[in-house]
Amino acid sequence: MRAAVHVSRIAAAAALALAAAACSGGGGTGSGGGSAEAGVVRAYWGDPQNPLEPANTNEVQGGKVLDMVFRGLKIYDPRTGAARNEVAQSVTTTDQQTFTVRLRPGWRFSNGEPVTARSFVDAWNYGALVTNKQLNSSFFGYIQGYDKVHPASGGPTAKTMSGLTVVDDLTFTVALSQKFSLFPDTLGYAAYYPLPRTFFTDHAAWLRKPVGNGPYTVASYTKGSRMELRRSASFSGTDKARNGGVDLIVYTDANTAYTDLQAGNLDVIDIIPAAQLANAQSDLSGRFINQPAGIIQTISFPMYQPAWNTPGAQKVRLGLSMAVNRAQITQKIFHGSRTPATDWTSPVLGTRGGWSATLCGQACTYDPARAKTLVQQGGGLPGGRMTISYNADGDHKTWVDAVCNSINTALGDDRACTGNPIGTFADFRSQVTDKKMTSAFRTGWQMDYPLIQDFLEPLYATGGSSNDSHFSNARFDTLVNQANAASTPAAAVSTFQDAERILAVQMPAIPLWYQNAVGGYSDRVSDVRLNPFSVPVYNQITVKG
Amino acid sequence: MGRYILRRVLQMVPVFIGTTLLIFLMVYALGDPVAALFGDKAPDPATAAQIRHDLHLDEPLGKQYLLYMAGIFTGDFGQAFNGQPVTELMRDSFPVTVRLTVVAILIEAVFGILLGVVSGLRRKGWADTTVLVLTLVVVSVPTFVTGYLLQLVLGVRWGVAPATVTPEAPFGELVMPGLVLAAVSLAYVTRLTRTSVAENARADYVRTAVAKGLPRHRVITRHLLRNSLIPVVTFLGADIGALMGGALVTERIFNIHGVGYQLYQGILRQNSPTVVGFVTILVIIFLIANLLVDLLYAVLDPRIRYA
Repeated sequence: MRAAVHVSRIAAAAALALAAAACSGGGGTGSGGGSAEAGVVRAYWGDPQNPLEPANTNEVQGGKVLDMVFRGLKIYDPRTGAARNEVAQSVTTTDQQTFTVRLRPGWRFSNGEPVTARSFVDAWNYGALVTNKQLNSSFFGYIQGYDKVHPASGGPTAKTMSGLTVVDDLTFTVALSQKFSLFPDTLGYAAYYPLPRTFFTDHAAWLRKPVGNGPYTVASYTKGSRMELRRSASFSGTDKARNGGVDLIVYTDANTAYTDLQAGNLDVIDIIPAAQLANAQSDLSGRFINQPAGIIQTISFPMYQPAWNTPGAQKVRLGLSMAVNRAQITQKIFHGSRTPATDWTSPVLGTRGGWSATLCGQACTYDPARAKTLVQQGGGLPGGRMTISYNADGDHKTWVDAVCNSINTALGDDRACTGNPIGTFADFRSQVTDKKMTSAFRTGWQMDYPLIQDFLEPLYATGGSSNDSHFSNARFDTLVNQANAASTPAAAVSTFQDAERILAVQMPAIPLWYQNAVGGYSDRVSDVRLNPFSVPVYNQITVKG
Repeated sequence: MGRYILRRVLQMVPVFIGTTLLIFLMVYALGDPVAALFGDKAPDPATAAQIRHDLHLDEPLGKQYLLYMAGIFTGDFGQAFNGQPVTELMRDSFPVTVRLTVVAILIEAVFGILLGVVSGLRRKGWADTTVLVLTLVVVSVPTFVTGYLLQLVLGVRWGVAPATVTPEAPFGELVMPGLVLAAVSLAYVTRLTRTSVAENARADYVRTAVAKGLPRHRVITRHLLRNSLIPVVTFLGADIGALMGGALVTERIFNIHGVGYQLYQGILRQNSPTVVGFVTILVIIFLIANLLVDLLYAVLDPRIRYA
């Protein structure tokens, strides 16, 4: 037996060695977010999907960087969402169609180049030109001459939009193809940021290290893993960064980022895994953020399917909206990180901006008995059954099943509604875009700018850029046009609300709930809050010690 | 031997073409990736058409495949949607995954074989029973449970190991993920070795070796183990390929920006150059690992000869 003893001794020694190696790995501070540099915030990041060009970034992860590196004509107040002038001195109009933009003098890009009218006009022309394939190019769709640089088919016949004219270094005019009274308030959106000359002359280098006019500059960028932003010395705005910089660290998974926050390797996260929502408050000892954001979740109906677009189907749609127990689902499934919807906008607009707690009224109030009656009056569900399609790669299954459950209970039929998972987001979106939906499907909308117009026109106007249900209502379109031509913002908002009331009758999409922005932070930092776009207000974060 | 290797290498060519075509078709069948670029918004038709044109998505499928293959032979694996060349993604992620795989394979081979020999030689003893029960537990617990558990206990609560891995991913940080990744295979290696050793321990050549008075450790290492390792080596060889591509769960838990993570992103965003490119490399690794395993047979068992 001597040899066998020998073997097990080796095993024991090797096990010890492994344990030692495991321990030594934790010896350094270099884990996860890396060692904490004094004054620098370590924050969660997801790998941006597209190159970091202002007119090509339409998702939050890329948007975060652009908001730190750039400042536009307008900026949205991180608390109220109200637009105020930033680089712009004034944006004026007399006819709601031609706008004169005057810039504040003294703004510079971090490479020293002054921000001029041309910095904006060139950037906008670049963003609109179809051959540049910018995902946000439709934002320039209101500007005169857009159809020449961005024709629906075929090549462009012009390189620049005729509606943009540089008057002098600090002045330019914008002529729109239609009246749009709220246009100045849209100018805080990333697509409208100015660009320095290097963007055009050395595009590849610019993409490797974006140069802007914001409170931070990019110190280093390793694609797919991290970006180090540092306070810009030459920032011309009033709200300079209150920390030395921000390190954005790419995480493969939200759960991992949450773990790293608890382990002290990360300071700020703006995503909390669904499974952790219930215990986040106690896990983070109160350093948990849960506030309204400009996101609304809806269930849309395919109005292009004849069966869903009949007078009877209208009653069915209304009935289904009343069959959803919003209060219960937002509490039980989302642990209060969603708020039951009472209209088609978002509470971040405020009542002055057009949000209403009563606009949808009875149609959005849980009333199973009335729901059943309405569905029956409407001739029942088309084909006797319905499905709610969603992309299976997101956190949607639980709530879709809950909504279906709520509908089934109200209708007293266990098989009335079922979830219909579609593999990937990409496939789901292309099926929606190609009008292949035969029954209800999940839709969500994150605002581009805090305006009621952004919640209604793109989604429900005929031919709207994101009108996934292909809803079309002449009265609605007329009211939207009237609102856009209104001479005061207050009049515009009230006319938009009149249009919105049509949705409460027609119900092309059921408003479910407003999505809150959730996040958490470490005890190393304070003054952490999220703006209405659910992005942390990085420049206001202070670091202790 | 040389002719054997040449034949095997030539056999790889059709396998290589077949797999790339299959993967290409499968990614293509997932649908149109362009719509997802626009998020929850409806794509602008003109922009979408321009993107499709530039990615050759408006060409017939056969032509797309040929264009892609032509690119591969000139070293151009295409681009991910964020504008990064796929070759750059590979350069960043393969070294990380290779390190992780090396750690995992070392853990499995060293501990799996040791435990297997111990329990195989002392069948029915307490050591054997303990090993059997433990491996049964390990096999039945899914990787994400062991992963999150170890991460929480060792990384967050006790702070003895890094909870996550930095982008540079040095070996020290990869020990815990490697352990998690190796756990299930470790159990298999142990059980394979145990059975094989127990069976061969009664073989004639072992009895002969014992009878001619060889020391016991020599009987075990030179005679018994060498013959018992063939099934284990087969398993480890196949496992290299599986670990390289299938480390997705572990990579996500520990924030390792490796091959599994890049593949996952590629699939989510339906970026065929990323998916096909990575799978192609994985296929090549798999084929080479298999060839090496076959060659190792001859080293382990002199009765096996390749002509």
